[in-house]
Amino acid sequence: MSRQTVDHATLADRFNENEPRVNWHDETLWWVRAKRDKMAWSIPEWELLRETASHIKLHALGNLHDYLLQFEEQAKLNGAIVHWASDAEEHNRIVTEILQKHQAKRIVKSKSMLTEECHLNPHLAAHGIEVIDTDLGERIVQLAKEPPSHIVLPCIHKKKEEIGELFHEHLGTPAGNADPQFLTAAARLHLRKEFLQSKVAITGVNFAVAETGEMVVCTNEGNADMGAHLADVHIACMGIEKIIPQRKHLGVFLRLLARSATGQPITTYSSHFRKPGEGKELHIVLVDNGRSRQLGREDFRNSLKCIRCGACMNTCPVYRRSGGHSYHTAVAGPIGSILAPNLDMKAYADLPFASTLCGSCSNVCPVKIDIHQQLYKWRQVLVQEGYTPATKTVAMKVMNGVLSSPKTYKAAGKMGRWVMKAFPKMVNNKLNPWYKQREMPAPPAQSFSEWYKKNKQSS
Amino acid sequence: MSSRERILAAIKQNQPEPSALPGLNDLSGNMPSTIAAYRKVLEALGGTVFEINNVEDIPNILKAQYPELTRIADAREKSPSWANEDPHMLENVDMAIVQGQWGVAENGAIWLAEEDLQVRVLPFICQHLSIVLKADKILATMHDAYDVIGTINTGFGVFIAGPSKTADIEQSLVLGAHGAKSLAVFILI
Repeated sequence: MSRQTVDHATLADRFNENEPRVNWHDETLWWVRAKRDKMAWSIPEWELLRETASHIKLHALGNLHDYLLQFEEQAKLNGAIVHWASDAEEHNRIVTEILQKHQAKRIVKSKSMLTEECHLNPHLAAHGIEVIDTDLGERIVQLAKEPPSHIVLPCIHKKKEEIGELFHEHLGTPAGNADPQFLTAAARLHLRKEFLQSKVAITGVNFAVAETGEMVVCTNEGNADMGAHLADVHIACMGIEKIIPQRKHLGVFLRLLARSATGQPITTYSSHFRKPGEGKELHIVLVDNGRSRQLGREDFRNSLKCIRCGACMNTCPVYRRSGGHSYHTAVAGPIGSILAPNLDMKAYADLPFASTLCGSCSNVCPVKIDIHQQLYKWRQVLVQEGYTPATKTVAMKVMNGVLSSPKTYKAAGKMGRWVMKAFPKMVNNKLNPWYKQREMPAPPAQSFSEWYKKNKQSS
Repeated sequence: MSSRERILAAIKQNQPEPSALPGLNDLSGNMPSTIAAYRKVLEALGGTVFEINNVEDIPNILKAQYPELTRIADAREKSPSWANEDPHMLENVDMAIVQGQWGVAENGAIWLAEEDLQVRVLPFICQHLSIVLKADKILATMHDAYDVIGTINTGFGVFIAGPSKTADIEQSLVLGAHGAKSLAVFILI
C-alpha cells in the first residue's frame, strides 16, 4: 500500500505551475466529455439504459454471494482454474506462483486497473519477472516510470513530444519525431515481438457473467486478444464486483461503456472468454481487497457499481485542472476519491475534499452512482474519525462559534470589513488561501442586515 | 478458514437486501436495422463496406483495394493448412477473411464465434481483416444480438467494430494499434 506523503492540494499546485499545460489538459478532457454527450443524446433510451444498468448492478450486489458461487461453478465447468484473493498481497502471490510454475520471466499484460491497485508490476519485478504493459498508453507511462493518470486514457497528461523522446530513448525511433501515426506504428512493431514471445498473458476483466462463467474484456487496440490467444496461459484478474447476472445483461453495459468513456458506440473488440483454448490454461483470480467491506458501508456500497468508464473524471472541473497523479491512487478522480478512503482512510483522507461537489460526475455516470453525495458523506466520516487536518478542525470550530451566535457574527463581520479597508495587506497576502490566483473584493460599506434595517425604516 | 470462505462470509454478511432484476424491454427503441444505418456507423469507425450479390466478387474487390496482399488466410475454407499450425505462424498473414454471424447497426459490431475463426488469434494477428455478413443478419441493437447469441455456448466469441485503433497519443486517432489495420465488411445482399 502506497502511503501518502503529499496531499492532493499540494500535488495539484505542482501540476498548476505550467498554466498552458493545465489549460490543454482541461480542454482535451472536456472534448472527450463533449463526445460522450453527443453519443448519449443520439440514443433516445439513454436515461432508461442508465437506470436499468444501475438496477442490474444493485441486484447483483444484493445477491453477490450466490452469483460468485454460480460464476465459480460455471467457470470450473468451462475448464478455468479459479483463485480467491482476500487482498492485494494474496493476489500478487497467486499470480507470482502461476508465473513461477511456468517459468515465465517476461510476460505481457493488457490494461487492468486492478493490478495497478494491487501494485503487481513492482511485486513481480522484485521476483525477477518483467511485465510488459501492452496498452499503448500504459506502455508509454511504463517507459516513463509513472503510473497511469487516467483509467481509460493512461497518458492523457503527456505531450506527444515527450512520448517521441521516450520512444527515441527506449525503442530507437528517430530523435524529434513526435507524429502519433509514426509512434503508434513503432509501438506496434515493438509490442508484436513481445506478444509473440510471451508464454503467459495477464488481462483485466470488464464484466464476468454468473450464468455462463465467461469474462468480457473490452479494448480498442486488440492487445488483450493478442496476448491471451498467443500465450499458453491466460491469467484474468478481476474484482469481485465485476459480476453481472446473465449474458443478456451485457447488452446494457456494452451499450453504455464506450459511449460514456470516449464517445464511441462500442470498443473495437468486446471479447468473450469462456473456455481455455485447446491445450491451454485459463486462470481467474477473484479479488476482494476491501470490496466486501465497502459492500457493508450503506452510504458507499453503490461505488461498487462502477464499470470504470472514466466519464466522471473527464467531466470533473477539479480532475481536469489537477491531473490524475494529484490523486496519488490507482483510480483517480471522483470515483477514485470514494473508493480510496475505504482502502485506507488516513492515506486518502484528502481525496473526498478534492471536489467542488458540483454533481457533474453523478450526472454522467452510466450506472447512476451518487458520486458527489458520497464525497460529501465521506467528508463527514473522515472528520468524525479524526482524519482531517487539525487546522481545518479548528477553523470549523471557530466558524461554528461565529455562525451560531448572531451577536458574534455581526461583530466579526464589522471587524472584517474594517480590517479589509484599513489594513488590506492583512488579507491580501500569501497566508490567505483565498488570495491565491484572485484579487480580494473591495469590502462593502455595510452588511446586508445593516442595509435592510436602514431601508426598512426609511420606507 | 480459506480466503474463499472468508470473502464469501463477509459478502453474505454485508450485501444489501436483494432487489428485483429489471426487465430489458423497451431499451431498443426505434433503432434501424438497415444496411444504410450499419454502413454509416462502420464508416465512421474507419471500416469500409462493400455490398455484393455474390461471394465470388470478393477476391476481385480485395485485389483492387489491397494490391500488395501476399498471404491470405480464408477461415471460410474447410480445414485450411494453417488451422493446424502454431498460431504464431499467422504473424505474416496480410489478409484474413472470416464469416460473421450477426451485425449490429447501432455500433457497427459483428459477432464472430470461435468456430468461424478456426484459430482464435486470426482476426487479431492479421494485418487486414475482411468479414462477410449476410444482409438479413443485421440487427438493430446489442439487445437484439444477445437475444440470438445469448444461449449459445462458444469457448470464445468476439464483437468486432472497425479496425484496431488507439488515441493514446494526445487523443489523435490512429488506425492499426495491435490488431488489424483495416476492416472491410462484405454485405451479401
